Amino acid sequence: MRWTGLAVSCAVLAVAAVLSIAIGAQTIPLGELWRELWHPAGGETAAIIHDLRIPRTLLGVCVGAALGLAGALMQALTRNPLADPGLLGVNSGASLAVVCSILFFGVTDVRTWVWFSLVGAALATVAVYALGATGRGAANPARLVLAGTAVSAALIAVINGVLTLDSGVFDQWRFWDVGALAGRDADVVRQIAPFVAVGAVLALTLGRGLNAVALGEQTGQGLGVSLARVRLTGATAIMLLCGAATAAAGPIGFIGLMAPHAVRAFTGPDHRWVLVYSAVLAPALLLTADVVGRVVVRPGELESGIVTAFIGAPVFIYLLRRRKVART
Amino acid sequence: MSAHRTLSTPSRRISLRVHLRSAAVVAVLLAAALAVGLAAMGTGSAISVGDVVGTLLGQGDATSEMVVYELRAPRVLLALLVGAALGVGGAVVQSLTRNPLGSPDVIGVNAGAAAGAVLMILVVGTTDAPTLAAGALACGLAAALGVYALSFRRGVQGTRLVLVGIGVTAMLHSLIAYLLTRADLYESQGAKVWLIGSLAGTGWERVWPVAAAMLVLLPAAVALSRSLGPMEMGDDTAAALGLRVERRRLALLVVAVLLSGVAVSAAGPITFVALAAPQLARRLTRAPGAGVAAGAVTGALLLGAADLLAQRLPTPGQLPVGVLTGGLGGLYLAWLLHREWRSGRS
Repeated sequence: MRWTGLAVSCAVLAVAAVLSIAIGAQTIPLGELWRELWHPAGGETAAIIHDLRIPRTLLGVCVGAALGLAGALMQALTRNPLADPGLLGVNSGASLAVVCSILFFGVTDVRTWVWFSLVGAALATVAVYALGATGRGAANPARLVLAGTAVSAALIAVINGVLTLDSGVFDQWRFWDVGALAGRDADVVRQIAPFVAVGAVLALTLGRGLNAVALGEQTGQGLGVSLARVRLTGATAIMLLCGAATAAAGPIGFIGLMAPHAVRAFTGPDHRWVLVYSAVLAPALLLTADVVGRVVVRPGELESGIVTAFIGAPVFIYLLRRRKVART
Repeated sequence: MSAHRTLSTPSRRISLRVHLRSAAVVAVLLAAALAVGLAAMGTGSAISVGDVVGTLLGQGDATSEMVVYELRAPRVLLALLVGAALGVGGAVVQSLTRNPLGSPDVIGVNAGAAAGAVLMILVVGTTDAPTLAAGALACGLAAALGVYALSFRRGVQGTRLVLVGIGVTAMLHSLIAYLLTRADLYESQGAKVWLIGSLAGTGWERVWPVAAAMLVLLPAAVALSRSLGPMEMGDDTAAALGLRVERRRLALLVVAVLLSGVAVSAAGPITFVALAAPQLARRLTRAPGAGVAAGAVTGALLLGAADLLAQRLPTPGQLPVGVLTGGLGGLYLAWLLHREWRSGRS
């Protein structure tokens, strides 16, 4: 049953990917798409497919999968259905790094922003984790959330301070902040792919450990799972996944929060399945949002970060109304 | 609240001591808030604190009367009122949800007000303060009502309310981000300053609505908050003590949302005061229940001090007060958590 569901999910993702390559300001018929895909004729259509649409679609798959996995991990680790991967300080750290790169180095190029925001996300996560791990005992989830809130508030204040005082920085930043897949080339995909790959492997190996943790800390330890190791690995994976996604596409909210909730309706509580399903369905949602964004305001485009929230939130609310929510 | 104390402390003498401490803390904080207000009125080059006191006592010249009554007093009053409203809203919601991170914006009122204000600034094209505040308030309340209605299904379950609130908030935030990218840079940055929360350029027309609302809402909050103590012990206990829990909860929620909506529509979604003020108040009074009065004076003091700092800091332009509340609040919370966790309390 779950395998069938997984196959269907993969098919949905494949359809979304094909649509994402075919549809845009210039829509390419499927027959022509198929020909150009394997035997590029070298014309304008080939250039659109190979230089623009395919990198963009690959980026969508990478970013979506990373956000879905990071969200599922975060909710499992904190045992809190409200936990968003951004809570560890990833988004605010990346955002501050981008603001600093514009302010001090005048960087306006997406590829350079990627490196800055990866470093910023990592530093912020380490700070949050260090604060959460103060004193005896492992960094417990409730502490991590509180520590993340405090650190993020301070970082966001610095960002806001710079943005109000310097309108040049604000003008660059506002386009990064909405979150988009457009305007990134294949290089950006190559930049983030290794981080996403390592993060995904770490995340997928954690399924069993997370299931044990979900039974309660003591039961988990009784089953031979090291809590401290699960938490540290989980936080590292979240940092890599969410950091890479935010670096490449800006802060695309909500997918990480929503995907695991939606997925649990099909998989039940087993974290191994929640992780796998999230990794497949979150990119499907992101690609769909991206395609819709290209269609609704032709010839312009709506950024996928915006469409994601506008498609995702109603679906999310519908799911919440339909089924009984687990009490926290 | 008194019930909570009598139950939690064995002897009457101790419960009396706690009560005295709360009252003393409230009095000290109130005095500090007023002192900060005076200092803020005397800040800048035109007149000193001494002149301000003289003017308030009716012995100032025309210039200092103009500066004090037309420029400084509205801003200081608005800071204190908005801070108090945020503090009370936060105290009530944190107590209701039994969650130290709770604040009224969980159910979408801040995001709604923010979206309303940004729509007014960027789409309607008005920067007139009362119109802006009215638009923000309407959208904030509409968002909160929408969240409540969407999560209503044979009663409102707490978790569902919060999750629906997050969904609606996400939509509103992306709407705001979209509007910011589509507008002209100058207007867009103006909207951003509003979104951070600023008290600059406050006139009396921004103060009166908040003052009037506080006059009604603050006594209501104090009266209703008496049932918060029993309710923190669980719905069943509270019901056994004779409270109609559901109705009380709704009434408290409405008051908290109105307070927060009024505050946000007047000064923008200032971060962290609603979250930090009740936490600080609890630590200062060492009282177990949600101290509405303590939350109010702590919030007023926090925002008043932050705004004084915003005016005094040697930055190239004046920082919006929200930057300071977020920055100082964040660092302070981090320090507080670090100290608490290092000493092994959790």
